[in-house]
Amino acid sequence: MKRILSGNEAVARGAWEAGCNVGSGYPGTPSTEILETYAKYPHVYAEWAPNEKVAVDVATGAAYAGRRAFATMKHVGLNVAMDSFYVGANTGAEAGLVVVSADDPSMHSSQNEQDNRRLAMFARVPCLDPADSQEAKDYTIAAFEISEQFDTIAMLRMTTRVCHTSGLVEVAEERQSLNEPGKYVRNIPKYCMAPAFARARHPIIEQRVSLMKTFAEETILNRVELRSSDLGIITGGVAYQYAREVFPDASIFKLGLVYPLPEKKIKAFAAQMKKVIIMEELDPVIEEQVRLMGVELFRGEEIEHNGGKAIFPICYEFNQSLVRQSAIEAGLLPKDEQVAQPEPLNDVQLIPQRHSVLCPGCPHRTTAYVLSKLKVPVNGDIGCYALGMADPMNSVHTVGCMGASIATAHGAMVAGDTERHVAIIGDSTFFHTGIPALIDVVYNQSNVITIIMDNRTTGMTGHQENPGTGFTLQGKETYRIDLEQLVRELGIKHVKTVPALKVKEIEKILKEYLEIDEPSVLITEEPCALLPERKKAYLPLQVTDKCNGCTACFRIGCPAITQSGQMDPKYNRPLAEIDPQQCTGCEICAQVCPRDAILFRDQVLSQSGKA
Amino acid sequence: MTQETMKTTNFMLVGVGGQGTILASNLLAELGVQLGYDVKKAEVHGMSQRGGSVVSHLRLGRQVFAPIVSKGQVDILLAFEQLEAARYIDYLRPGGLLLINDFVMKPASVTNGKQTYPERDKMEAIFAAATDNHHWVQGAKIADQIGNPKVANVVLLGALCRLMDMHTADYEAVIEQRLPAKLLQINLKAFRTGHQAT
Repeated sequence: MKRILSGNEAVARGAWEAGCNVGSGYPGTPSTEILETYAKYPHVYAEWAPNEKVAVDVATGAAYAGRRAFATMKHVGLNVAMDSFYVGANTGAEAGLVVVSADDPSMHSSQNEQDNRRLAMFARVPCLDPADSQEAKDYTIAAFEISEQFDTIAMLRMTTRVCHTSGLVEVAEERQSLNEPGKYVRNIPKYCMAPAFARARHPIIEQRVSLMKTFAEETILNRVELRSSDLGIITGGVAYQYAREVFPDASIFKLGLVYPLPEKKIKAFAAQMKKVIIMEELDPVIEEQVRLMGVELFRGEEIEHNGGKAIFPICYEFNQSLVRQSAIEAGLLPKDEQVAQPEPLNDVQLIPQRHSVLCPGCPHRTTAYVLSKLKVPVNGDIGCYALGMADPMNSVHTVGCMGASIATAHGAMVAGDTERHVAIIGDSTFFHTGIPALIDVVYNQSNVITIIMDNRTTGMTGHQENPGTGFTLQGKETYRIDLEQLVRELGIKHVKTVPALKVKEIEKILKEYLEIDEPSVLITEEPCALLPERKKAYLPLQVTDKCNGCTACFRIGCPAITQSGQMDPKYNRPLAEIDPQQCTGCEICAQVCPRDAILFRDQVLSQSGKA
Repeated sequence: MTQETMKTTNFMLVGVGGQGTILASNLLAELGVQLGYDVKKAEVHGMSQRGGSVVSHLRLGRQVFAPIVSKGQVDILLAFEQLEAARYIDYLRPGGLLLINDFVMKPASVTNGKQTYPERDKMEAIFAAATDNHHWVQGAKIADQIGNPKVANVVLLGALCRLMDMHTADYEAVIEQRLPAKLLQINLKAFRTGHQAT
């Protein structure tokens, strides 16, 4: 039967149907829903690991123990896991072992646009690149089989448009039944990668690549769709869909396995075509491999600054217009193929932007606001609190990658920067890779002030459990790591925990810390405003007639506070107004108002009681 | 839209995080499946949980390839907020169907005074320039009147059903299947009120 599934749901379904027993991962857009969906299937074990490296080690360990296993992550997560990924490539395993890398062309929610097909090539592991939900499911199952056939970790490479597009998928009602694994393997030369054994593995890996090349010639993952011989398109992943839309008459070599490639078949295909082009998003991964085969590709007009790609751009994801436009510029399509596009609006500047901002009620707002007042340099991290970089606070000055905040601040201090640095990091990110950096601060004694912003969840990816929440991915109650205790054990002497919405307390403690020339940690604690428990307590605040339009409350950057149409008679400034639809009653604005013109929750309640 | 005309129909649904844009596109996708179409529905789950733009692309046809729609290709644009309608108006093909929820949600760039929210007549001019087939729907007002501001999305689906001259029974069947029991009655009421009011 057919069901409508997103690419991520389809991967989860594929893993379940393939009899995969263990899934481990770290949340990251666009990959998160894979493991969340898989976790709900019967007879599986699924967990959030503290980071992607641990996730790959867990999956590898499960596969060493003879159970099919997979690890899921966004593309940059594989950077964190690279060491372990390479181990799986070296040793292989006793059962199917798959890493799902979800790349993010156009960087909808990522810090870079890396193309992880390159990392599959780098580690010499097979890379499967589905083009829609049906393929996402089928290729997941195929990835486990290929992993076993060639005794290697396999990469399933997804992209945002495949992850988050829903389409019809034929599903099986039964799982594959696999043999019960035997006793845990003791095979020291294969699984202990000491130099002598590792040396022996390398030729085996190179030999495996050549065996996989032969497999690539035969597998149904790669298929030729013969239509006109005027144009042949070699493509993989979601780019296939745009090839079909824009070149309905062209012949297509659709690669499901994008590494290694079937050289003989590609050459035979190219020989039948008058012109051959490559169509792939991001890096010229297929293009470079095909050029190395000596296949002549159509170049058309010379296109500069294209990162080695003959026709299509190296930056950003494709869409039909872009593909059509590139094809016209290269001379592949006549100019009149141009889609009639609407006139661009003359007044685009009239459409105000709707940037991501901290939500109304966000417990991170207080800290971002206080830091903007203190005017200190702030090294930020990956999480919602990075939005403190936005107007009007502008109080986060670097954001690199997961866990970078603390060591980046430490680096500035040991380099002799004259300003005192503050690092901000969320609870889940601290568990991810923040802890070793804080150890560095303690061990090497810099005076970095670290703020751990504990909102009791993994916020940015949509509320996943983590080691500080007390629950697992599959909903089991578990030990809840106490951040304050952990930080003290690491050797930080100055540690305080405060409620995250208290402006004065946070400011007071940070000012104290700035006076102490030693590493110190502030933990701000308050659940994310979007968690159900907080939503139940929403209570819109009110502005009274004491407001004189001084603008202090606008400086906290809350979308729920707006300039009203009314002006203050004395100063002729717009008065503040609170949008009851958006306001949660967090009281940050009421705390910063110098005239007590915004009612606190108890004042609102007692007023409505009177009414 | 009937089963005989199997040309791909492109929908785009736009709104602000928290308005139910994704739910509305899920309902339409399910409707497409039940009417026998191939369906692709694409959206980006981005960083912003609340307050950011939300866009969903939905394509129905005999065989749908590309997951997303380019500028000038959208047949039906369903906007749950005025400013978002204006932001994505150039995706609508000339003469395409535009439904606008008569509702304003000011972005932070407006509330902090850096930019101004366009006046209503300016909006009207933008929409009129794009298509003569645009319709304001009192989604927010109707949802408030029937007791839950969150069902404005389904009010707009009611209006869409009327404007596309489709069977209400098909929509209502999908609403019944996809929504939890406790929210069913209010959503059916929202759908019917939106249908009648258009």
